[in-house]
Amino acid sequence: MLKAVTRPLFTFATCVTLASNAFAADITGAGASFPAPIYAKWADAYQKATGHRLNYQSIGSGGGIKQITAKTVDFGASDMPLKPADLDKDGMLQFPTVIGGVVPVMNLPGIKPGEVKLTGPVLADIYLGKITKWNDPALAALNPTLKLPEQEIGVVRRADGSGTTFIFTNYLSKVSEDWKAKVGEGTAVQWPLGLGGKGNEGVSAFVQRLPGSIGYVEFAYAKQNKLTHAQMKNKDGQFVEPDDSTFKAAAAGADWSHQFYEILTDQPGKASWPLSGATFILMHKTQDKPTQGTEVLKFFDWAYGHGGEMAASLDYVPLPEATVKQIRASWSQLKDASGKTIDAK
Amino acid sequence: MSTLVPAVDVESRASAPPRPAPRSKISGHLFTGLSTGFAWLALAVLLGILVALAVASWPAIETFGIGFLFSAEWNPPAERFGAVIPIYGTVVTSLIALIIAVPVSFGIALFLTELSPAWLRRPLGTAIELLAAIPSIVFGMWGLLVFVPIFAEVQPLLAATLGQIPLIGTLFTGPPMGIGLLCAGIILAIMIIPYIAAVMRDVFEVTPAMLKESAYGLGCTTWEVSWRVVLPYTKTGVIGGIMLGLGRALGETMAVTFVIGNTNFLNSASLFLPGNSITSALANEFGEAGPGLHTAALMELGLILFLITMVVLLLSKLLLMRLAASEGGR
Repeated sequence: MLKAVTRPLFTFATCVTLASNAFAADITGAGASFPAPIYAKWADAYQKATGHRLNYQSIGSGGGIKQITAKTVDFGASDMPLKPADLDKDGMLQFPTVIGGVVPVMNLPGIKPGEVKLTGPVLADIYLGKITKWNDPALAALNPTLKLPEQEIGVVRRADGSGTTFIFTNYLSKVSEDWKAKVGEGTAVQWPLGLGGKGNEGVSAFVQRLPGSIGYVEFAYAKQNKLTHAQMKNKDGQFVEPDDSTFKAAAAGADWSHQFYEILTDQPGKASWPLSGATFILMHKTQDKPTQGTEVLKFFDWAYGHGGEMAASLDYVPLPEATVKQIRASWSQLKDASGKTIDAK
Repeated sequence: MSTLVPAVDVESRASAPPRPAPRSKISGHLFTGLSTGFAWLALAVLLGILVALAVASWPAIETFGIGFLFSAEWNPPAERFGAVIPIYGTVVTSLIALIIAVPVSFGIALFLTELSPAWLRRPLGTAIELLAAIPSIVFGMWGLLVFVPIFAEVQPLLAATLGQIPLIGTLFTGPPMGIGLLCAGIILAIMIIPYIAAVMRDVFEVTPAMLKESAYGLGCTTWEVSWRVVLPYTKTGVIGGIMLGLGRALGETMAVTFVIGNTNFLNSASLFLPGNSITSALANEFGEAGPGLHTAALMELGLILFLITMVVLLLSKLLLMRLAASEGGR
């Protein structure tokens, strides 16, 4: 809800800040709304520590990609990594900043958070309308100790385009051939059924109102509002709970070597949460304004070093140390117009 | 509100002193130049928007052609888009809003100008104008959190009564979820009532007292005076007010997005089912839409909405012109 109100405001703010871009030390970024709270918090602390300011406009991943391609901002942000081919086409590089995840939530009277166990294929069948009742044999087999009611499953999903939907549909496409063929993956898809709620708030409002319903929301949102989440079976066949450690496990097992094009869904590892996802920063490899590029790198260098606790306090999961090392190494690809490497120090 | 009011005080204009001669030629030229410039600027902006929308939606126009208007598919991963469902949602919710809002506004305006005791007029009139000042996002949140749960209880009653009538009965069938096309239409009606009612009241007020008193003197009832004297005398203003309301309903975004359900299905005529409107499709998907066909298709939706509003405006102008012509013939 809030997002819907703030978006036009932020767009307005973009125009204003772009006009006042004369302050050399100010860096500007625009894009994904999912990491906006942590970027704002980092920017605030960074300004206190160094005096340099960062303006981040949360206008959505699609908007962020458009802005950085048009070079109206110093960096773009997207919840969906760009494919290496697309990066090369526009001469850009990307790197992840923090990890988040998606959690299935439900409204079943008498069932406590984390009691229901689900697998990817079963989740896909629910969202395809093949499993329509809570006492379906497939669900009963996964939850032999629970008494699931003979109730219609009310399917709730996001109405607006979002990175959350991308992670969710990407995972279902990986684990269900049927889903891949009929629906596919994206920030918005053609849903076979279900009720569309606007934002995490909209989805959880519907789930809480309709008994027997199931939806999916960002991990932080589910945690802060104590929604009834499900356990998920991961690629290694283990049932896992969504929390910091299982998200980190998903990131630790990831192969980041293809220009960080890696979607953290369905990752191997005993403790990996299958619906994890990182959020990304996009920058041009050739920096027309190298001082600005340096400032952006300095900011994220500082954030990786000092921002972990702040991220955790907002229920984002910091990247594993090894990944951060790879990211810092990748920054050597950033050059100024004359081909000289930009220094992050 | 006052800007919307076309009330013209005929008497005072006629008795106003003649305009003083311009103090200098320069200020006169400056004034003429500036106002001409502003008028052309408005036209240039309008054309600019049209051209920008057309250019941005060109990839979609090229790919889907006229089929865009007839396809019910909206599939971003497969990059297949069609606009039937959003167009249907926009038109249907606006029509529902008009069907509810026009009679209600007429009643309000009639009460305020003819029936209300004098002490009640001002507070009631102000209250209605205040209703117009409530931001649409507030209507949306109120609709979702307060109105929808109540409406979900009312829907079975509608299905049991209106739903039993042949032909239009199918409109009132389906699961009582609260949200949906009908709900969005009702919220829109509440939003446009103050606009239509305020305009109607203001034009009703300028009906010359002599006309009304003559009719009353002939033994007409209040209803007959309103229907036979006031309404014919003010119909231009009334139609203008209705068009203002319709324009608002067609373009409303936030309030509709909250309660319409944002679902791209169209497999039944039921108004209880969730749907989608052009504006809410744009509001929902634009921020996260990747470059390429998805953005272009959304832009084309915007272009279509632009054209729909333009056609509505043109039709109302035509209607007014025909009315004026038939008036002259009499």
